[in-house]
Amino acid sequence: MKTSVKVALAALVLATGMGRAMAQDIKIGEINSYSGLPAFTEPYRKGWQLAVEEINAAGGVLGKKFVVVSKDDGGKPADAVTAANELVSSEGVVMLTGTFFSNIGLAVADYAKQKKVLFLAAEPLTDAMTWSQGNKYTFRLRPSNYMQAAMLAEEAAKLPAKRWATIAPNYEYGQSAVAVFKQLLSAKRPDIEWVTEQWPPQGKIDAGAVVQAVAAAKPDAIFNVTFGPDLVKLVREGNTRGLYKDRVVVSLLTGEPEYLDPLKDEAPEGWIVTGYPWYSLKTPEHDAFLKAYQAKFNDYPRLGSIVGYLTMKAAAAIITKAGSTDTDKMIAAAEGLSMGTPLGPIVFRAIDHQSTLGAFVGKTAVKDGKGVMVDTVYRDGAAYLPSDAEVKKLRPQN
Amino acid sequence: MTRIVNFAHGAFYMVGAYLAFTLTERLAGTWGFWGGILIAAAVVAVLGALLEIVLLRRIYRAPELFQLLATFGVTLMVQDIVVLIWGPEDLMGRRAPGFRGAVEIMGQLVPAYDLLLIVLGPTVLGLLWLLFHRTRWGVLVRAATQDRDMVAALGVNQKWLFTSVFALGVFLAALGGALQIPRDAVSHSMDLRIIVDVFVVVVIGGLGSVTGAFLAAIIVSELNAFGILIFPKISLVLVFLVMAVVLVIRPYGLFGKAEGAQRTSLGLSIRPWRPFTQAERIAVGAGVLVAASLPLFLGNYALTVGSEILVFVLFAASLHFMMTVGGLASFGHAAYFGLGAYGAAFMVKLFGAPMEVALLMGPLMGLVGAVLFGWFCVRLSGVYFAMLTLAFAQIAWSIAFQWVEVTGGDNGMLGIWPASWASKPAAFFWLVLGVVTVGVCILRVLVFSPFGFALRAARDSTLRSEAIGIDRRNVQWAAFIVAGTFAGIAGVLFAFLKGSVFPDNLGIPISVDGLVMVLLGGIETVSGAVVGAVVYKALAIWLMSQTEMSKLILGAVVVLLVVAFPKGIVGFLEDLRHRRRPASPPAGFKAAKVEAAE
Repeated sequence: MKTSVKVALAALVLATGMGRAMAQDIKIGEINSYSGLPAFTEPYRKGWQLAVEEINAAGGVLGKKFVVVSKDDGGKPADAVTAANELVSSEGVVMLTGTFFSNIGLAVADYAKQKKVLFLAAEPLTDAMTWSQGNKYTFRLRPSNYMQAAMLAEEAAKLPAKRWATIAPNYEYGQSAVAVFKQLLSAKRPDIEWVTEQWPPQGKIDAGAVVQAVAAAKPDAIFNVTFGPDLVKLVREGNTRGLYKDRVVVSLLTGEPEYLDPLKDEAPEGWIVTGYPWYSLKTPEHDAFLKAYQAKFNDYPRLGSIVGYLTMKAAAAIITKAGSTDTDKMIAAAEGLSMGTPLGPIVFRAIDHQSTLGAFVGKTAVKDGKGVMVDTVYRDGAAYLPSDAEVKKLRPQN
Repeated sequence: MTRIVNFAHGAFYMVGAYLAFTLTERLAGTWGFWGGILIAAAVVAVLGALLEIVLLRRIYRAPELFQLLATFGVTLMVQDIVVLIWGPEDLMGRRAPGFRGAVEIMGQLVPAYDLLLIVLGPTVLGLLWLLFHRTRWGVLVRAATQDRDMVAALGVNQKWLFTSVFALGVFLAALGGALQIPRDAVSHSMDLRIIVDVFVVVVIGGLGSVTGAFLAAIIVSELNAFGILIFPKISLVLVFLVMAVVLVIRPYGLFGKAEGAQRTSLGLSIRPWRPFTQAERIAVGAGVLVAASLPLFLGNYALTVGSEILVFVLFAASLHFMMTVGGLASFGHAAYFGLGAYGAAFMVKLFGAPMEVALLMGPLMGLVGAVLFGWFCVRLSGVYFAMLTLAFAQIAWSIAFQWVEVTGGDNGMLGIWPASWASKPAAFFWLVLGVVTVGVCILRVLVFSPFGFALRAARDSTLRSEAIGIDRRNVQWAAFIVAGTFAGIAGVLFAFLKGSVFPDNLGIPISVDGLVMVLLGGIETVSGAVVGAVVYKALAIWLMSQTEMSKLILGAVVVLLVVAFPKGIVGFLEDLRHRRRPASPPAGFKAAKVEAAE
């Protein structure tokens, strides 16, 4: 084994040397939970592959070929740091991108800060990313937990419902989503009463018990944060036990195809959700993306596809604007960078490095045996962020 | 029943659900649905029987825990295979025909399907009882459970007996998975969700007691259902707390009986351990020197990987000390690793301590944890001991996961970077190498100290060792504390290597990794864990970087190694040495030791 380890190490050293020899390419490091969360990351990968193809077809970046080196983190922060290290130390990438889980995003962001590398976070939602744990080297593409909860709180405030219940997975993501939603909704509607909070453990919901407990509190409306297999169970139990009859449900992320499609004809109707209704968007920009995506992969895009696509487009835009792959120049370029996307124009804010990418808010319905979003409106993320003064308080200033 | 520690049971449950999903989608109608579920369970049972014949039969003679390792390899492979076959998306199966609706009972709507399951559970229990108590086959199985060798001596073909029991178990697991499809989504992570619960249920109930398992299952689900209403914040811990309490009060579970003395294999005593000879010491020293010179010609990435491997060498060595020398197989060793890491993080974040102080103070958390948990754990033995360590590890994990105000919960604690003199990968590598070398040496010295001999005596025969005045519990408790402290040191190094600490560091996967390293290296050797850690960790990191099918390949490699080297890598090499040239160690062995030092 000694020799095989040595051979492997030698191969690595060799690969590093070759990477430096062919300095014609601009390399972007990409990390995501490909084996841990394939349902999201497979469409995500297709998305960025499409973007890379388009970027190179248009002549690359700074006259060089745009190359993505992609690594799996297996869903573990420690392995993500190993992968980041490999990308930076041996592959010689100019910036890091990607990640899905909040804890992995934070671990890589902290690594980026320590090693002074730019990190463009694609998917992690936690507010800590750009606020309490924010740092100079980290930018984020997707609308944060706060922004999406704020969009839903705005819709919820229009409802007559007074008695509210919440159901959220018992970890940081669920806790902060509920906290933001409660704070914003109570601020708009002081007359609202919070009758019960349910905190099922992530991935291990006892849906029958949760549904009974919520029903017992007799709420007018429910705010849900669960997703994935937990959501499936919750929807099924709730439907069978009649929980959603005559009640409004406001639900985070449920309109994303990744979570809505598995529900098929049992998808709930009339829930107010955030998501990505690719089937009903009629803008020319989105049409172009949709056609290119379907032509290349013979599949429809999920939210992950658009996130992956935009991540690499943004990375290329940052380098092009900076005119260099120097980290400080790229940071300067990324702050305030504006770009067009299939969903609308976005800006990477200088104040907290959050992009103003928005989300679609709409209602769920069942059409042809499938769950879809109807009455959708695109909410620009810029309108759902706290004031600059508040952000300055939230984010360490250095 | 067969005392097979089957880690793959969750995998069978998952495959059952996936197969049932496919079949119920294809076959229409009521008969199609129920037929599909039964066929799925039967197919998986056949697969299980094949696995038993092809894989497990080969390793019954190996130490018991090897079955755990083999089935762990299978589990890894299955996780990737189901994604390959059924795709990455969560699948939602059909609802059971005729059981879509709900029945109103006392003003509450109860799903009809749940009522069906409520009837089905006791029916299966009853059938099992009849099977075990009223058929010749059942009598034989119960006899074999009590004394495997005696049954074999009486002329019963125990091979086929075991295969059939294993297949029955797998059938029930797959049936359980298949019956979930009208309620749950089928996903590639459902095996891990269920397997820990199942272990907990079996242990609370008491091994070998079907009734106990049934009762425990009811207790656990009630806890899950009501716990969340009454103690929402500790819902994750509750089940493990109950298991810990049950095991402390009733060491063999609710319905379990004391295990009959097993005939331990004599392999251990044939070739007694001995300290290194002078030549071997020099070889080890040379190996350390070679390792120390690595920073001169390796790049930064390779050095960081080297540091990570070294950290796990120390972690595996500490677990190995407890498992091999102490005979205490811990399933929750990551607890002390993680506690060490959190200890360092607290020192840095709460007290602003520099790295040097954190390095000294961090392991104390591991030590304190081991003192506390160990006191309870050493009261038990065998599988019950393993499960109690698992329970404590899960409790520690849940606290780190849910106590967001202090530990940052899932988002962990960030910014735990080394002091500036050690921040270069080479410097950090030397630091880790120094600590790990000293740590492994101390553990090795302990093995050959009077304490080590007392520990081995307590492991081999409690009665005899107590007769000569060795207090088994205190000796084992001390070993537990030693192992926990060294795991804590490894954890501190890991925290500074990664720059952050997460609840994952206390999680089951790290505990399992540790077990795999020890078993791969060879459980009946003095320093096998070192080799096992190097091989497993290097392979895991390399595969992770090269392929997305890393679990499939890693699983296959683990299974192959288990079949090829049932005594572990070092055990195999030692066998080789003794068979060929009893006197002088061949070059291959030296090479292994050189690596061991690395």
